[in-house]
Amino acid sequence: MKQVLENIENQFEMFQVLDENGKVVNKDDLPDLSDDELKELMRRMVYTRILDQRSIALNRQGRLGFYAPTAGQEASQLGSQFALEQDDFILPGYRDVPQLIWQGLPLYQAFLFSKGHFHGNQYPDEVRALSPQIIIGAQYVQTAGVALGLKKRGKKNVAITYTGDGGTSQGDFYEGINNAGAFKAPAIFVVQNNRFAISVPVEKQTNAKTLAQKAVAAGIEGIQVDGMDVLAVYAATKMARDRAVAGEGPTLIETLTYRFGPHTMSGDDPTRYRTEDMDKEWEQKDPLVRFRKYLEGKKLWTEEDENKVIDEAKEDIKKAIKQAEQQPKQKVTDLIDNMYEELPTHLQEQKEIYQAKESK
Amino acid sequence: MAQMTMIQAITDAMRVELKNDENVLVFGEDVGQNGGVFRATEGLQDEFGEDRVFDTPLAESGIGGLAIGLAMEGFRPVPEIQFFGFVYEVMDSINGQMARLRYRSGGHYNAPITVRAPFGGGVHTPELHADSLEGLIAQQPGMKVVIPSTPYEAKGLLISAIRDNDPVVFLEHMKLYRSFRGEVPEEDYTVELGKADVKREGTDVTLLAYGAMVHSSLKAAEELEKDGISAEVIDLRTVSPVDYDTILESVKKTNRVVFVQEAQRQAGIAGQVISEVQERAILHLEAPILRVTAPDTVYAFSDAEEVWLPDHKDIVERVNEVINF
Repeated sequence: MKQVLENIENQFEMFQVLDENGKVVNKDDLPDLSDDELKELMRRMVYTRILDQRSIALNRQGRLGFYAPTAGQEASQLGSQFALEQDDFILPGYRDVPQLIWQGLPLYQAFLFSKGHFHGNQYPDEVRALSPQIIIGAQYVQTAGVALGLKKRGKKNVAITYTGDGGTSQGDFYEGINNAGAFKAPAIFVVQNNRFAISVPVEKQTNAKTLAQKAVAAGIEGIQVDGMDVLAVYAATKMARDRAVAGEGPTLIETLTYRFGPHTMSGDDPTRYRTEDMDKEWEQKDPLVRFRKYLEGKKLWTEEDENKVIDEAKEDIKKAIKQAEQQPKQKVTDLIDNMYEELPTHLQEQKEIYQAKESK
Repeated sequence: MAQMTMIQAITDAMRVELKNDENVLVFGEDVGQNGGVFRATEGLQDEFGEDRVFDTPLAESGIGGLAIGLAMEGFRPVPEIQFFGFVYEVMDSINGQMARLRYRSGGHYNAPITVRAPFGGGVHTPELHADSLEGLIAQQPGMKVVIPSTPYEAKGLLISAIRDNDPVVFLEHMKLYRSFRGEVPEEDYTVELGKADVKREGTDVTLLAYGAMVHSSLKAAEELEKDGISAEVIDLRTVSPVDYDTILESVKKTNRVVFVQEAQRQAGIAGQVISEVQERAILHLEAPILRVTAPDTVYAFSDAEEVWLPDHKDIVERVNEVINF
């Protein structure tokens, strides 16, 4: 019996392209990206790091609401998004706002989502995505459905979804990958393993040595990737996408990553369950540091480039938060209007009552 | 006109809509080649192909997720949950997700999904097959819940449900599937959602009922007639949203109401409807509104259904209480 487990685990060795010093350790899988694309990837990662820092500050000032920090996960979130086409469909979890932004969701709308305003979820048509899913696992079963829909329509697109390490314990996680497998649907399932589900370490979620091997239960391909290595995440997602649009079915990608911040800004204190040593160990693996070194080695990135992105990000964020704050306040009648195509009688009655209140 | 059982009328409605709209997809456990455990989807896969009518893995939550995802790609899913007792597995997809899609996206997306499921007692099914759980869905804003009681209405209501651009749970009472035939037009027609139907006119008391209890109420009304009591029987047909206009019109005429449901007293929709009626018509009531329901226990072991399920005798008893109040 033991032999079976070991044999399986050996199939899921971590896939890496860049090491911690920004050195290419796997030339064969170095993705084919132009200099401009490489710089754009770096730009997005730096921008997103600043967005995280500013979001935390704005949350502390009470200018943002619900916020799940992203620092540390830039390679995992943006490397995978970078491999998508505009018409691919994203089903994000609650920590996956950056992917939406780089797919085209205006920043002020992302802020409105945080503040709890419906306009934050009224996506532009070109952003094919659902708003961040709060029910952990639900995005997985829905992704199987979107992917089956894409397949039935004959589109050369994929549905991609994200969950965390804790989310792999949900029934919907398994049902989602199993359904996509049974229908050979073009889906990419990403598990961002940042080692903690709030305070619970991944070792308490499962006895499985990797999360990628959970793909075996669905009979689909699985791969474990260095989630702090943006080129590895990009390459893995690109391979999964190519397989999916070629009709070869879904892939499960586990990215080994880390969140430098708390679980959310709603009172979580990571010092209760994480050691300083652990934080330090992962800071050595910071995806920005290693990719910066790689680009500097190729003479594609300078301090000046970096500062330009930082200024640009801060400026955009300032404008976006202002725009979010200028959004008209929600009225109960707005909420009622969004319930059904045609309002049933009881809601028509309630709408009249609130209309009278609102006109006072 | 053809004579059809309710199950034939339901199959016919799906056939009509599969033909009318290429976005309609029918799927669930054993609905494909097998034609469904009750033959509700019989012949549909042969006629429309595996791309339109297909089996799924045995996972209700996954089926709910498939429906939501397919709706994102512009399809009009008609998933089946084999027995509504299994709804607990897919509660999040229904109440937590599809009910909220239009609202949470500010109207950007919608979920034109019709979840079909059999339920209902009197046919000695095993555990968790017959439970009346409509009350759970009726409490969820964003959902509609439809429960037909005749073949004619089953077809017309199901076509309306499938065409509705918001999610509908369509509950089919197992005892009514083949218990009688009725006239059903072969062409396509609709019965409006959210509208009740006066099944029998009367002047002394209003019986509000849905599902199999409509027939028990009609039987009770016949017996009451012998005692000189004229009962009006209203079939709610849609239990969420409820058609209060039709109910109130009747209450203003009869001034007495008995609410009849198969679900337990603490379940179903009786509490909500009675509360609304007394708020809107207290001055028209000569007596309190009484309920006929099942007792507040877990659904009966099959051999105990006969003593547990409410029937026409319980209705006659309650009506007499209301009349003699």
